[in-house]
Amino acid sequence: MTDAISTLGGGRPVSVHTDDAAKARLKARYAAEMRFKWLGAGAVALAGFFLVLLLSTVVTQAWPALRMNYLMLPLDLSAAKVDPAKLDGFDFQGVINDALTAEFPDVTSRQDRRLLRGLISTGAGTFMRKDIAEDPGMLGKTVEYPVPLDDFADLYLKGLLADIGSDEAIATTVTPSGTTGDIELTFGDDGMLALARGHGATEGENGALTLTSGAASLLLALDGGTVKLTALAPGDNGTAVAKGLVIEALDSTAPAATGQAALRVIDTPESSRKISDKEIVWLDRLKSEGLTESRFNSIFFFTGASREPELAGVWGAVVGSFLTMIVTLAIAFPIGVSAAIYLEEFAPKNRLTTIIEVNINNLAAVPSIVFGLLGLAVFLNFFGLPRSAPVVGGMVLALMTLPIIIIASRASLRAVPPSIREAALGIGASKVQTVFHHVLPLAMPGIMTGTILGMAHALGETAPLLMIGMVAFIVDIPGGFTDPATILPVQIFMWADFPEPGFQQKTSAAILILLAFLVIMNAIAVILRKRFERRW
Amino acid sequence: MNIMTEAGMEQKLAQRTNEPPIKMKGEKVNVHYGEKRALFDVDLDVRENQVTALIGPSGCGKSTFLRCLNRMNDTIDIARVSGKITLDGEDVYDPKIDVVELRARVGMVFQKPNPFPKSIYENVAYGPRIHGLAKNKTDLDGIVESSLKKAGLFNEVKDRLLESGTGLSGGQQQRLCIARAIAVSPEVILMDEPCSALDPIATARVEELIDELRENYTIVIVTHSMQQAARVSQRTAMFHLGYLVEEGATDKMFTNPDDKRTQDYITGRFG
Repeated sequence: MTDAISTLGGGRPVSVHTDDAAKARLKARYAAEMRFKWLGAGAVALAGFFLVLLLSTVVTQAWPALRMNYLMLPLDLSAAKVDPAKLDGFDFQGVINDALTAEFPDVTSRQDRRLLRGLISTGAGTFMRKDIAEDPGMLGKTVEYPVPLDDFADLYLKGLLADIGSDEAIATTVTPSGTTGDIELTFGDDGMLALARGHGATEGENGALTLTSGAASLLLALDGGTVKLTALAPGDNGTAVAKGLVIEALDSTAPAATGQAALRVIDTPESSRKISDKEIVWLDRLKSEGLTESRFNSIFFFTGASREPELAGVWGAVVGSFLTMIVTLAIAFPIGVSAAIYLEEFAPKNRLTTIIEVNINNLAAVPSIVFGLLGLAVFLNFFGLPRSAPVVGGMVLALMTLPIIIIASRASLRAVPPSIREAALGIGASKVQTVFHHVLPLAMPGIMTGTILGMAHALGETAPLLMIGMVAFIVDIPGGFTDPATILPVQIFMWADFPEPGFQQKTSAAILILLAFLVIMNAIAVILRKRFERRW
Repeated sequence: MNIMTEAGMEQKLAQRTNEPPIKMKGEKVNVHYGEKRALFDVDLDVRENQVTALIGPSGCGKSTFLRCLNRMNDTIDIARVSGKITLDGEDVYDPKIDVVELRARVGMVFQKPNPFPKSIYENVAYGPRIHGLAKNKTDLDGIVESSLKKAGLFNEVKDRLLESGTGLSGGQQQRLCIARAIAVSPEVILMDEPCSALDPIATARVEELIDELRENYTIVIVTHSMQQAARVSQRTAMFHLGYLVEEGATDKMFTNPDDKRTQDYITGRFG
């Protein structure tokens, strides 16, 4: 064999492993390794990017829903107004409305008053009644009570309903012609014309401009009131004359000096937003007087569903999900683990068990809605169990989770080394003792992981529950397993379907809560795993 | 380490002239794994308070025979045993015989040390507990201590009985497994290559132990080491391709075997 090895000048023998071809092979091998490494790292980075994108989108969307704006109005609950003996039928909403209209004495027309009352949530009175029932000490005096705002008002204050352009002082004098109704305003220079053009005003004859409802709203604050500009025209000597509609009455017709009048531009045209200029002016007033307060949104976290976005809470769905998961776990875990133990440790290996095994694997791949149909046909129609109830939802999800638990449990039972079984059998433990004292504890971490995976799968499931009526609109928080309930994914599904913009944030926030639910479940799984894990 | 002392040799000679009674007896034992036949009409006696070594090349059926003695083959679905194996005259494959009781009487130590992933104490106490051998905690403590002492492990582990059995060294683990087997007071202990995973020093300790245990127990050991068979056993059985080739007193088997295959195997010409 020595003739195959020649020696170079350096004395290093050249063999099949050291010649040029071998070096090229080695280089190609390393290159392939590098490529694979980078591809792998790229895949992980891409996955991470999408995860961050998803989470950041959901979080930024959900963020506004975590807080809510309340109106801190002084409410007169003295005995003259509220009779403590007749609280049941008392119109608390009326008290709140009275307090609000008292803040705006100028608003007198029926239409405007209704618009003003609309700033407050229709459920405010109900909340108040509940709070007073809990704390009767509120009665008999004037209290400052946080009144939930209507969803549009709330969204406007959060800056989500309209693009607020700029708040700028007018660099010239402004003279109003009246204090209410349609008035004329004379500006000291024609700077306003260019500004109005820039905000979508329609050009007319002789340089006249009209601000239609399709243009941005120009709200001019002066002399303690607010005027909405409707039209502008060039005046004499380089001045400008504007027509305007007074929204809030002016104190006087005194000309505003340079820098005293301020212009607020709402970039979103009035026709394409859900809040009118009047409401904006009122809300700005309330805000500038310090009557609004942004607080933790306890309504969202601790109440049930509602058709009103500002009153809709996620707690009913959280409780529904929790109850459903308990039922699912209580059914799927014992049955699944028992089935796995029987099939893996006791069942003879024959054609029948093979068929069963194949079918269990197939069941894991059955579309979830089929389980929902099964639940509808069997649990509801045949057994007559209550519709929309967590117990039925849990049963349907248990059916869906069973194959996952069985497969995972069998895999982890199989992974227990046979030497442990032999050791136990060898000292005379019976089959059952061997399984329950030795094999099962060692397989437990794997079984738990499989179970949690299955449960997490079930928690996110919507389709089968639609079939058994858990999509129903349920305001009450479920108090038991047979109460009508809905669950988080279905709640998300329903909110995503509602047209009100207020539900957008709620949807994202509910998704966050669902994710938190999952994280908690996984954390429990990790803790349990750690506890059960043993070396062998 | 030479454990074959002069006294030991004398004892052996005495045994040859005055054979102890038969503890376990295999008559025409056949084993099939599915279609494959692993044992062919094996007749083998195991005598009380003796160490019987089963030797032979890999796949010759010695472990299969060993596992028939406490019916560990039952755990293999496709294994089928025929023939007759008796323990003190009772057929162990008789349907009336309870396999749990049989395995309590015929304990087993495996090739790879396989302590339970539990504490040392729990490892030893498990057997007595499931068989109800201890009336109370003190009793159980006593059994654990004496078993560990008999296995020659007590002094090494007495301060850490509550630590995991899997944390011990390989040799200590194997002795723990022996202690675990002893703890249920078996009559026969089967050992399936108990030293194959151990280093020479640990092997010597276990061999020493086997020799000590012979006083109280009947031992059947499968080994691949000729020297080990010669050192620890009184009787040796040679298997080849599922047949029992030859069986006899160890000193005769290693000096003057009847069968050429035994001769060839012992001298290292095959296997």
